[in-house]
Amino acid sequence: MIQEFKKIWKPYLIGLLWLLGLLWPLLGIHPDGTLSFARTFTVWLYIATGISICAVIYLLNKSDALGPVTAPIGNARKALGAFGKTVPTWVWLLALLVVALIYPQVTNRYAQDVAVNVLIYICLGLGLNIVVGLAGMLDLGYIAFYGVGAYSYALLNTHFGISFWATLPIAALLACIAGCIIGYPTLRMRGDYLAIVTLGFGEIVRIILNNWMSVTNGPNGILGVKAPSIFWPSFAEGFSFELLYLKKLHYLYYIALGLAIITIISVRNLNYSRIGRAWESIREDETAAELMGVNTFLLKLLAYAMGALFAGLAGAFFCARMRFVSPESFTFLESAMVLSMVVLGGMGSIPGIMLGAAALIVLPEVFREFETYRMLAFGLAMIVMMLFRPAGLIPAKRVGTRSEEKEG
Amino acid sequence: MEPILELKDVYSSYGSIKALKGISLKVFPGEIVAIIGANGAGKSTTLMATCGIVPIDKGDILYQGKSISGLMAEKLPIMGLCQVPEGRRIFPRLTVHENLELGAFYRKDRAGIEKDMERVYDLFPVLRDRTKQQGGTLSGGEQQMLAIARALMTRPKVLLMDEPSLGLAPLIVQRIFDIIHDVNESEGMTILLVEQNANLALQAAQRGYVLETGTVTMEDDADKLLHNEEIRKAYLGE
Amino acid sequence: MDYFIQQFINGITLGGLYALIALGYTMVYGVIQLINFAHGEFFAAGGYVGVIVLSYLTGLGLLETHPVLCLTASFALTMAYCAFLAVGVEKVAYKPLRKQSRLAALLSALGMSIFLSNGLMLTQGVYDKAYPSELFQGMIQVGGITISYLQIMILCMTGVLLVCLNTLVFKTKIGMAMRATAQDKIMSSLVSISSNRIISLTFAIGAGLAAAAGIMVGLYYGSVRYDMGFLPGIKAFAAAVLGGIGNITGAMLGGLIIGMVEVFGAGYISGEYKDVFAFIILIAVLYFKPTGIMGENIDDTRV
Repeated sequence: MIQEFKKIWKPYLIGLLWLLGLLWPLLGIHPDGTLSFARTFTVWLYIATGISICAVIYLLNKSDALGPVTAPIGNARKALGAFGKTVPTWVWLLALLVVALIYPQVTNRYAQDVAVNVLIYICLGLGLNIVVGLAGMLDLGYIAFYGVGAYSYALLNTHFGISFWATLPIAALLACIAGCIIGYPTLRMRGDYLAIVTLGFGEIVRIILNNWMSVTNGPNGILGVKAPSIFWPSFAEGFSFELLYLKKLHYLYYIALGLAIITIISVRNLNYSRIGRAWESIREDETAAELMGVNTFLLKLLAYAMGALFAGLAGAFFCARMRFVSPESFTFLESAMVLSMVVLGGMGSIPGIMLGAAALIVLPEVFREFETYRMLAFGLAMIVMMLFRPAGLIPAKRVGTRSEEKEG
Repeated sequence: MEPILELKDVYSSYGSIKALKGISLKVFPGEIVAIIGANGAGKSTTLMATCGIVPIDKGDILYQGKSISGLMAEKLPIMGLCQVPEGRRIFPRLTVHENLELGAFYRKDRAGIEKDMERVYDLFPVLRDRTKQQGGTLSGGEQQMLAIARALMTRPKVLLMDEPSLGLAPLIVQRIFDIIHDVNESEGMTILLVEQNANLALQAAQRGYVLETGTVTMEDDADKLLHNEEIRKAYLGE
Repeated sequence: MDYFIQQFINGITLGGLYALIALGYTMVYGVIQLINFAHGEFFAAGGYVGVIVLSYLTGLGLLETHPVLCLTASFALTMAYCAFLAVGVEKVAYKPLRKQSRLAALLSALGMSIFLSNGLMLTQGVYDKAYPSELFQGMIQVGGITISYLQIMILCMTGVLLVCLNTLVFKTKIGMAMRATAQDKIMSSLVSISSNRIISLTFAIGAGLAAAAGIMVGLYYGSVRYDMGFLPGIKAFAAAVLGGIGNITGAMLGGLIIGMVEVFGAGYISGEYKDVFAFIILIAVLYFKPTGIMGENIDDTRV
């Protein structure tokens, strides 16, 4: 503990002074030509105390002084892990499914709302995972496909009255086409060139949605989209089918759950298929993959298309659930959120991404009381998470190491 | 005599792969020491660990009697420990002249740098014709010469060289070894040489170490190693 | 024709500002292969600190009596502030992740961007903050073309900064060390260049340039906002990539092109879609030259 402390106290102190220096001009210089110090010091003192407490805990933990506290937790975790291994995986999956199924029966509206959000983002995260995690192409404009899906449903429904279920495949198809359109010119680019181009495409889609008044109604968005409907057998006047709009949140929850389950199963199967392996080979070494006869052109395009497909499905559902859509939902921040879920959860790992999506949706909800500090804390949490778990919450298990890990 | 460079039971690893498993070796001032061994024996890792690029897990590295194992890599050239790394690592988009100037990066004595510059140009006249050319456009042999010249610009007391003969034509290899011999003779520069070409290395060196999978399996005078049956079989292809 | 020349001048002004921001992206990318998403926030912080310093000096009444001195002081202080900010950010959020996958650092940068822009919002408020408007009133009229004094100041300042940077990078020893570090970090540490110091310096210079751009944008448009870093940030990033990321001359060129395209697009085609043109040009250029205008063939860097 003392030794650890000796090692870090200098940079630590410099860091705190640095922070004070950065804080003061923002808080202490006033336009009327006066300077003040009190407010800066109070804010700084709060922050410094907070950081110091964290640092002390970190040091104690590192030097095993917290052994009596952490050891039982660690043991419990180990025991739980051992217990978990004795039960076959399908039991866990079944338990998870049962919990997911009865969830809306035992929770309130707010909790269901959050859960629906989580499910949507699971679809998005897993879709993006195909592009980023499997094929290794950094996509910063992924949310555009979500937007395409959402606007497809909104426009088809308000103009032509096509129902949700009929639109679902159309939205997916349109998103796929959009994926190919965006994917095609980027196929020759590699690495970070891809990042800015996809980011640019994402912005183009958003700006078009925002400005094409005659079709998208611009920033005001499209109102009056119908909720999903089903034909429900009705016995009121003999036997007939009645058109029932699923406006209630827990109906929507089940649709979202269905979509999420379809996504999870398809992504899992893709992951272990020939195509999935080909994608991984492209990620590891595109030149080598091409030399081994992998059709990189087609497969990269397919990765975009498949990723976009799930975003399109999620988008159509999102629109149906809100019964309203506007360009504001498809900003770069959303793309960044989805990417964060993928990386934070653990790239390429399905349970990881599910957990990542849940964490990133639920976390800001926890901070809802501190509305103004919410995004600040969110940004901070992202940094801290990356510092402590750079490979993600549940890193993907894979055979052998990835090339970048070896390069170290 | 005190060794100028000493590795004491050094362990090092890349992730879970153990690269060095207890390397101990001594280099005395003014001698040429060769380290020979097969691919993956840990030769390059030994040099990289000495230079502070690869962290060591256990053991200690002494330079002029002081431990240098925790030091940042960039401090070592200032102390007189310099490496010509494997693959030469020329800065490809800097000119030959700039590459040489970077060798003298820490030095402040303008006059001394100028003098050394002249000296390395005399040692490698081919570089003088190419001062304005980018490093990446040189041929392999020229790059190797530039790498050695750049290292000489740091005014090293101990020069570590990693496979100076790799991928070069025999004539150029001969020239490079002549120069190695030269700087050792004329200035008493200590040289630790890593080579796969055991014959060449042992002829140039006074003493030699044989590395196998991260451990020293043999150490002796270079002559004796050169005539050792096992060595001849394993490394000299007889 | 007058209109064309007018747009051309406006384009250069805007393009120079993009170039200043783009340099930070390209330099940081050059040394650590990281897309520094927080760079746009350095630019915004520059705009804010600039307005804080200038308003303070106005409050003291100094701006009226010594305008040049005040302006110089505010540029110097702001650039220094942002340089310190950037060095701090690098030490806290990027340095520990240097050995990790590049995506981890990228996410850390995204988090930092969110954190900084919200930090600005919390300390400075959500509303626009107006720059003192007394500075650089008036303009020159040549035929049908008007150039404001402010534009002339921005053009001169940008030019000076770009020349200074070029000299630093291509003519000095420390610039040579920066280029060496960008090419091979291990080798540069073998010739006693401290890569940590070079990386800090790179961040400081990049942020300083962005801060200068921040003040000038604040003066040009009259006000700053906490989220002003985002759009110029990604357009400058686009400029850096357009020129060939990691290439300093390329970033300057890319910035000018993006600025021109935006101004001419807005002037001749449609003002609403002005942000689209920059990206369309970017995509079109990269389609034919995937490594940017001046980029070398980088080895395939993966996610």
